[in-house]
Amino acid sequence: MADAVMGPVTGARSARARRFGLRNAMRRKSMIAFTMTLPLILLIALFVVYPALYSLNLATLNRSMERFVGLGNFLFLFNRETFWMVVKQSCIFALTAVLFKAIFGFVVAHFVHNIPTKGQRKWRGMLLVPWVIPPAMSCLAWLWLFDPSYSAFNWIFEKFGIGPIPWTGDAMWARFSVILVNVWIGAPFFMIMYLAALKSVPEQLYEAAAVDGANFWQRTWYVTLPMMRNIIAITALFSLIVTFANFDIVRILTAGGPIDLTHVFATWAFRVGIEVGDIPLGASVSLFMVPILTIAAIFILRDIHRRGNEA
Amino acid sequence: MTAITATAGTSASRKPRRGSISRERRWALRWSYFFLTLFAIFFLVPPVYMLITSLKTSAEISAATNPWWVYRPTLGNYIELLSSPQFLTYFRNSAIVSITVVATTMLISVPAAFALSRMRFWGSATLATGVFLTYLIPETLLFIPLFKMFAVFGDATGIQLINRWWVLLLVYPTLTVPFCTWVMIGYFASIPRELDEAALIDGANYRQVLTRVFIPVALPGLIAATIFAFTVSWAQFLYPLAFTTSTDQLVLPVGIITSLIKGDVFNWGQIMTGALLGAAPPLLIYAFLMDYYIAGLTAGATKG
Repeated sequence: MADAVMGPVTGARSARARRFGLRNAMRRKSMIAFTMTLPLILLIALFVVYPALYSLNLATLNRSMERFVGLGNFLFLFNRETFWMVVKQSCIFALTAVLFKAIFGFVVAHFVHNIPTKGQRKWRGMLLVPWVIPPAMSCLAWLWLFDPSYSAFNWIFEKFGIGPIPWTGDAMWARFSVILVNVWIGAPFFMIMYLAALKSVPEQLYEAAAVDGANFWQRTWYVTLPMMRNIIAITALFSLIVTFANFDIVRILTAGGPIDLTHVFATWAFRVGIEVGDIPLGASVSLFMVPILTIAAIFILRDIHRRGNEA
Repeated sequence: MTAITATAGTSASRKPRRGSISRERRWALRWSYFFLTLFAIFFLVPPVYMLITSLKTSAEISAATNPWWVYRPTLGNYIELLSSPQFLTYFRNSAIVSITVVATTMLISVPAAFALSRMRFWGSATLATGVFLTYLIPETLLFIPLFKMFAVFGDATGIQLINRWWVLLLVYPTLTVPFCTWVMIGYFASIPRELDEAALIDGANYRQVLTRVFIPVALPGLIAATIFAFTVSWAQFLYPLAFTTSTDQLVLPVGIITSLIKGDVFNWGQIMTGALLGAAPPLLIYAFLMDYYIAGLTAGATKG
């Protein structure tokens, strides 16, 4: 406080000098700010922007990376059946998984919100565990649960007279398995986001709805969902990006098999680019993720800007 | 809670019976607990099964007895793994990489977030949006060009980056820094301006404002960001799988998968033990700092 009293003393300098000093200070402030963000800018430029542009360049080269082939890699992909299978499987995988994560998360969040506040912490803590375990580690547990000869699930089903299920052996079951594991990992995240959103809905709205005679479904449809629309949208979009670009689950559970039927973009790009060694083709495959990611990113940005303006 | 009270309220308005309110509420509660238990079982089966298998001998696993029960529990798998130099190398690599990346992330993102949230300069708003966009770029888009970049760099300078664990120190920050910066911008922006103006009037410079005012006030956010950075670098699987291959250069997740799964021989007892030990650090952090962990999770979408 004592220093504040000294303010007018410095203010007594001539107006011109002060304006000059102010401009100087502004310039210095800009310089300091720029220096503080410089490591961030360098990191993003070197390891994100440059590789992103470089992959555009790589995608136009031939396998030995000596000759420019233009769109040759893309044309080659369009003529391959496996590529279209990967496109289809990636879309099915991402959309189904996000949908079920959203539904599961919403339902679980509701149940947690329903019980007395005292116990909520404990349940929330338990239900978030799948999200905390590194996906590579939990996928190993699932791989072991799905083991063709020692599957612990099949052991239970056998007691009920249900024959052994080929969890990762059959194409349809393998697709189901990778989606199931993805839902298992991702649903807790939705649950946490929705729970935070549920808590922010003012209770008066429910009271008003109850006075108007709304039943449970009406209250969910006309009060809860509209109030949570923003969070639902942004969580689903985030999840869509992450799920669409997912690598760990498919790689560990099925490695793309049986006969490449469960490959998604990321795992197929890894197979083609790193394991087979055709780097340009691998880069082309992963570039096909860009359109969908861009659309999701635009929607997220719009949402964030809109909320920024409301605040 | 409100939802249930409200349902009871509508029926009670017609027939004023006091018993029905509490009875309906009790039933709604019972159903909630019933379904929560079902979900908890679904969510906890894999980690519990990891634990069950990790306590079994190979003989017991291949005997195909009840897989959900341990007849002769043994710590043999744990002792064997924790005394294997290979596994300890993975653990050490993982620990060094994660801790270094956390430190780098904080050193980069905290000053940047401070500058972006408080010191407006030319292009700062664009840069903040750019940081957020970078966070949305998945690693699966960049691993192939990065792989080629490091190979070319190695050929040109003779500094080998591929198949060295420290290449991860360069690439992991791209996964952690954008999110941490974004979250810290949100936390810093919520600090009242009067606080830093008072400090500036008292003669503090920007470094002092950051270290004496902003960091202490935004400490919860800082902890949340640190936890995020640690868990992300500990769990990362694609980059080490693509960039490292020799057994002495691997980090834990890749090490367990590539070295414990030898051909068609799966030693499941050891794999599950390794997986459980690999999951332990994030789980322990979560157990002790749950509130910060959850704050970090929700901050990404709700702050900013």
